[in-house]
Amino acid sequence: MSEKTLTRMDLSECVFREVGLSRNESAQLVESVLTSMSDALVAGETVKISSFGTFSVRAKAARVGRNPKTGEEVPIHPRRVLTFRPSHLMKDRVAAGNKK
Amino acid sequence: MIRSELIQKIADENPHLYQRDVERIVNTIFEEIINTMARGDRVELRGFGAFSVKKRDARVGRNPRTGESVQVEEKHVPFFKTGKLLRDRLNEE
Repeated sequence: MSEKTLTRMDLSECVFREVGLSRNESAQLVESVLTSMSDALVAGETVKISSFGTFSVRAKAARVGRNPKTGEEVPIHPRRVLTFRPSHLMKDRVAAGNKK
Repeated sequence: MIRSELIQKIADENPHLYQRDVERIVNTIFEEIINTMARGDRVELRGFGAFSVKKRDARVGRNPRTGESVQVEEKHVPFFKTGKLLRDRLNEE
């Protein structure tokens, strides 16, 4: 379905066009935003961006997994996973934009 | 952390920028991610994660209250997959 993948570079380019900072500084700001969000999540915080969505960290308990190929049992250690819940606005815009 | 706290943090780290410009920068980033997904494209931010669009096929649903069958149309939903670096950072000692 998708042809083009947006990257950091494209986001920096948008910031560059929107605010008129240098390309270099625009790239650094995109990086700062991602780093700030990551740091908050690693610290166990929930990151809630209104009209975008909510990133939250959940703790998963240890369980016994199985190697599907060999059938061998392997212990899966307790771990923390990140989940993203899109806002209604994001869901509506994605649904509307991809409607045939 | 909420949107305004994120903006404040970036503003504190960049005292040479106007607060309103920081606000525009942060808003532009989130806006562009949504625009891209609305076009059906992917956003890949290495180390952080990737936003993509998944297709949900049309199906026959049921009204849980009345038990009545309803046709649910095909739709597209946003999806996020955590990047490897962030996943690893969440599980460091």
